[in-house]
Amino acid sequence: MSSTGAGYDLSATTFSPDGKIFQVEYATKAVENSGTAIGIKCKDGILLAVEKLLLSKLLVPGTNKRVHHVTPRIGVAVTGLTADTRQIVNRARDEAANYKESYGDYISPKLLTERVSNYVHYFTMHGSLRPFGASTLIAGYDDETKEAQLHMVEPSGVSYRYFGCAVGKGRQGAKTEIEKLKVMEMTCRVAMKHVAKILHVLHDEAKDKPFEIEMSWVCEESGFKHAMIDTQLIKDAEKWAKESIEADEMDDDE
Amino acid sequence: MPKRHWPLYLSLALFLRLLLMIGLAPSRSHGAPSQTLMDAPRQRTQSPIVTGTSVIGLKYKDGVMLAADTLASYGSLARYKSVERIRPVGESTLLGASGEYSDFQAIMEMLEDQTQEDRNMDDGFKRAPAEVHSYLRAVMYNRRNKMNPLWNYLLIAGVNPRTGGFFLGSVDHIGTAYEDDILATGFGAHLALPILRRRWRADMEEGEARALLEDCMRVLFYRDCRALNRIQIAKATREGVLVSDPYTIETSWSLAAFAQPKAGADTDGSW
Repeated sequence: MSSTGAGYDLSATTFSPDGKIFQVEYATKAVENSGTAIGIKCKDGILLAVEKLLLSKLLVPGTNKRVHHVTPRIGVAVTGLTADTRQIVNRARDEAANYKESYGDYISPKLLTERVSNYVHYFTMHGSLRPFGASTLIAGYDDETKEAQLHMVEPSGVSYRYFGCAVGKGRQGAKTEIEKLKVMEMTCRVAMKHVAKILHVLHDEAKDKPFEIEMSWVCEESGFKHAMIDTQLIKDAEKWAKESIEADEMDDDE
Repeated sequence: MPKRHWPLYLSLALFLRLLLMIGLAPSRSHGAPSQTLMDAPRQRTQSPIVTGTSVIGLKYKDGVMLAADTLASYGSLARYKSVERIRPVGESTLLGASGEYSDFQAIMEMLEDQTQEDRNMDDGFKRAPAEVHSYLRAVMYNRRNKMNPLWNYLLIAGVNPRTGGFFLGSVDHIGTAYEDDILATGFGAHLALPILRRRWRADMEEGEARALLEDCMRVLFYRDCRALNRIQIAKATREGVLVSDPYTIETSWSLAAFAQPKAGADTDGSW
């Protein structure tokens, strides 16, 4: 990055001469260093997957979850600073509960994304606040339009709707891999395996910390409800992924 | 022309103000209790408005069952005839309500929010019916202590997701709570409970239990003027909870007095 510091990075309220807000860029950097999170829109719904880097061998399996329920039909996958992500998840739940209290119905994925975006953006506009070092993938089924949607909220507070997206350490590789897959012709169940493979391929066993995969979906199979994917199912996908990677390597050797 | 009449308006206004002053002054100086709304003691709900009548419930061999009709009355008027008064709470609990229907809706919203919060935690915990019962007891008792009760008589039925034990309990609008094998609210406590006491057994099959509840609902329809022949039966078993679609129960009006209403005209007209 150009000229670190020089006084322009002390506050989220200060622009640098070339129009950047360094605090926001640093927050983005924080996300880039954490585990990869992938979201894919498939033929039958949305699949979320997170590579959860294990900080210690002493951790109990399944602690520090990164995929969360928000409403029966909406779930989020988060990556970045864990404590920051919790703040965002709590806010998303509050917004959802508040919407239901006011209007008697569940919030749509689009509106929830908008509200979470506003919340995250707010933290980039005040001198006394620090932007969130976290990105949020929001997957949900819209009862009104009868379709599953995938959105992502970035630390800047910007949000887009995606067919497929990836954030975190392995985002570049993941994005190119996703582009190669014919995602829209796959079911979530099939995509699961490919996503597991992507995460394993991108993972550098020598350099990176060991990891767990967490997955959830909002698809036909789950009745368009947001459901965590069974650990056994993920294990099966990982097994397939590892075998597939080995087969690929054999091909390369020939 | 308004311009020409302004003195008239002014004098009228002054006159009214004068009336007001002399009208109020004496009552204040005598220290009599004021009758204006602002000064009156504050009152909260004194009675329900849109109401459902009895809910009845029993334990049987495979679980717990509740029954209620689908009527919401506005006083004595049969106002809404297709209203569901038994609802699932989570995966293993049923809530049936008589009394103020809007209060029941508020209670349901509260419980649904909590169910979602439990779900969000994603730690595998599932609320047991006994816990829902105890919680509602606390809410009802607290609200009555605030002199602002939720005007319902509730039945809570279900199966404990951890132990598999059956639960049937009631809470009323002042927080009285208890459990039993058979329960009935409102008119049901007078008309259905005696029937339930005579015919209930712990080892009843599902069909028997259903027939018993239908018999009770039929008697309630005959004798309770706020009841309807359109009912729902709900069951909670170890497989989960199920609330039936509303259906109409058979009734018989072949009694001689019904067939020939004039038959008793030579007596005092009653049968």
